[in-house]
Amino acid sequence: MLHTFVALVDDKPGVLTRVASLFRRLSVNIVSLTVGESEREGVSRMTIVAEAPENAAHRIRASLYKLEIVRSVDEVGRSEAVIRELCLIKVAAGPNAPHGLHSRSQIFELATVFRARVVDLAPESIMLEMTGSASKIEGLLQVLREASYDVLEVSRTGRMAMRRGHHTSRVLKALGTQPAAATAHFPSRPDEDDLPNQFAE
Amino acid sequence: MNANNQNPTLTGSEILWATLVGEGVTTVFGYPGGAILPVYDALRKFPIHHVLVRHEQGASHMADGYARASGQVGVCMATSGPGATNLVTGLATAMLDSIPMIAITGQVSSKVLGSDAFQEVDITGITLPITKHNFLVTRAEDIAPIVREAFQIARSGRPGPVLVDITKDAQQAMAAFDFDAAAPAPYRPHPMLRAENSAIREAMELIRAAKRPIIFAGHGINQSGAEREVIEFAERLHIPVASTLLGLGSFPASHPLSLGMMGMHGESWVNNAIQQSDLLLAFGMRFDDRVTGNLASYAPNAKKIHIEIDPSEINKNVKADVALIGDLREVLSTLLELIPATGWDRSSSDAWLKQINASKGNEAVRDIINLPDNGHLYAAHVIHDIWREAVAAGREKDTIIVTDVGQHQMWEAQYFRHNAPRTLVTSGGLGTMGFALPAAIGAKAACPEKDVWVIAGDGGFQMTAAELSTIVQENLHINIAVINNGFLGMVRQWQEAFYDKNYSCSPILSPDFVKLAEAHGIPGAHITQRKDVTPAVTKARTGSSAFLINFSVEKEDGVYPMIAPGSALHEMVRRPNPLIETGEDE
Ligand SMILES: Cc1ncc(C[n+]2csc(CCOP(=O)(O)OP(=O)(O)O)c2C)c(N)n1
Repeated sequence: MLHTFVALVDDKPGVLTRVASLFRRLSVNIVSLTVGESEREGVSRMTIVAEAPENAAHRIRASLYKLEIVRSVDEVGRSEAVIRELCLIKVAAGPNAPHGLHSRSQIFELATVFRARVVDLAPESIMLEMTGSASKIEGLLQVLREASYDVLEVSRTGRMAMRRGHHTSRVLKALGTQPAAATAHFPSRPDEDDLPNQFAE
Repeated sequence: MNANNQNPTLTGSEILWATLVGEGVTTVFGYPGGAILPVYDALRKFPIHHVLVRHEQGASHMADGYARASGQVGVCMATSGPGATNLVTGLATAMLDSIPMIAITGQVSSKVLGSDAFQEVDITGITLPITKHNFLVTRAEDIAPIVREAFQIARSGRPGPVLVDITKDAQQAMAAFDFDAAAPAPYRPHPMLRAENSAIREAMELIRAAKRPIIFAGHGINQSGAEREVIEFAERLHIPVASTLLGLGSFPASHPLSLGMMGMHGESWVNNAIQQSDLLLAFGMRFDDRVTGNLASYAPNAKKIHIEIDPSEINKNVKADVALIGDLREVLSTLLELIPATGWDRSSSDAWLKQINASKGNEAVRDIINLPDNGHLYAAHVIHDIWREAVAAGREKDTIIVTDVGQHQMWEAQYFRHNAPRTLVTSGGLGTMGFALPAAIGAKAACPEKDVWVIAGDGGFQMTAAELSTIVQENLHINIAVINNGFLGMVRQWQEAFYDKNYSCSPILSPDFVKLAEAHGIPGAHITQRKDVTPAVTKARTGSSAFLINFSVEKEDGVYPMIAPGSALHEMVRRPNPLIETGEDE
């Protein structure tokens, strides 16, 4: 099944190799990986989507955290997070395209239905930009192909994820939202502060 | 030196040594070369003893042995390229056994990085999966903070080796040095490193309900310094303690609750008890495949409480019913608060102990010790006699045994009784032949007041025998026992058991080890009879220099009992022709 991990990592050379190498070693295929800046200085945010057996997720997460450059790791499920992807699609749309001169207006219509934007118009092609869930993007691509448009190029960013609601992740909560402060391993704390056992099935 | 803001301006090389001194380092094991010459040039200004090794692999095992014997971070050093790649086996050895160690390597100048310059190798790339972390340093001002962070990483959480690769221009450039300002930020707290209150409660319930519990003593006891807590815990509840290979010594072997080693070559009563147990309390161990045998049939009726600092070990091989994640000593202290010092109902535990003890009598595993002297020399006798000699001399707890890998390593684990922590240094996870001699040099450098014994096979000893010269150069009194069976013994045993006695490439020719030692100026003796073992051992121990004993032992002896790969823990293979027991010896 697909697992989506969000990792905050140091913004330093070699960080990507360390993360990628871990998946290589576990022989887990990365479906998509996006990296960019986060709200914190010196910290990049990665969203990693990986195909792995259901019970592998805890181990992947714990192994990710063992990397010294990883500050926090969270695994987010579909329901609790907003998961988005950005996609650029170039479609042939000149006089020689399957629908000839009509093609442009039809593509505009499709774009409107799918809330995609036209970002480039060239004599022989149109470029669309679309953000949304992976399934919506796949929907647009499918419609284009079924209408026998010639999809010339597709570039997808891969998924980005963020938990819904005010608090960020459980992990970030445990860490404190500020960069990690010195806390003892076992701060005295009330019972209701218990995190659920991360390893119970 | 220019006192600018009270912070002297130093070269990168001087900063490196000054930082090592600040971290408390007194000994470094290394080998010079072009890309690290500035560092070696600056050495004379600092109070650090450098041990010149004969091969960088030796340096890495020495740093490792130093760390295992002392609990301090070991440090090794090498030049770029081949010097750095020679450290690889030692880093992997330390990684698999979670040993805190720092490796410092020289690197070509930052301007030519990535250009295949002379002796350039991407050592941070090469060691990525076999270090806990590594750094490439290209600026002098980064050396102090990075080296300090490296020490912090090496000894924090689950310890491990850290490599710091420093370019030659960084070694030569000048920068201000301020040790205190270079202190790393506090080690990042592990978000999962919390033994939850609810999990503690669940664990207590399992403990209360258990009728046949067993404690598993792992390496984590040593790492977290939880020896006292484990004894307290076992004694309050009357729970027997089985040990992993790296856990030997962390719970005294002579303690009435001690069962001995578990696993592939563990005692049969231990493995049988595990299979019958209803609660396993795993203390800082990772259910390695050499410990569990076939997982499908492993401890089928037992609940498992796994106390472990590394969350990625939980449910990796064996599913835990309760996971207590954190430092073992802290978790045990929390549990001990909930267990009354007296008055705990131990009747079921006592019945269980009686049952296990009764099964010991039926097992002929120790037969070899009890064999009368029949003119043959058995490795088990040699090892047991080394132990008895140390006991007789009152040196038992001050004797560190450093083993190599193979049959002799398992016999050591079976027949040398470790009653004090850090008295066994052995490569468990990686099983690195050639480890013993250099690791012993590190152990002796860390603990000069202790008696240090190398126990090595004739095969593994030849892998790093060049370090004999280092022993002499450092004038170290290390006792060396070569268990010489003319074979790569463990390989031969597997070929005997699983490959129709096709001894393909396992007979091995050796030089006369006593003459080899003599060529280094190390005295030695050939021993072929059991009656001569103890006098030779005493001679070695009480001498004033290193001493090598070549024990010519039975050539085709096997380590028993044994679990064949894929078999269940209780399906142990016994010694095929049991030797007659007399019981006179023990
Ligand atoms: C570097 C390395 N190479 C190969 C092995 C595989 N191996 C494990 S035990 C063994 C035989 C060791 O023979 P010896 O050193 O004579 O010790 P013995 O088993 O006879 O006590 C071998 C080859 C290993 N563990 N390490």
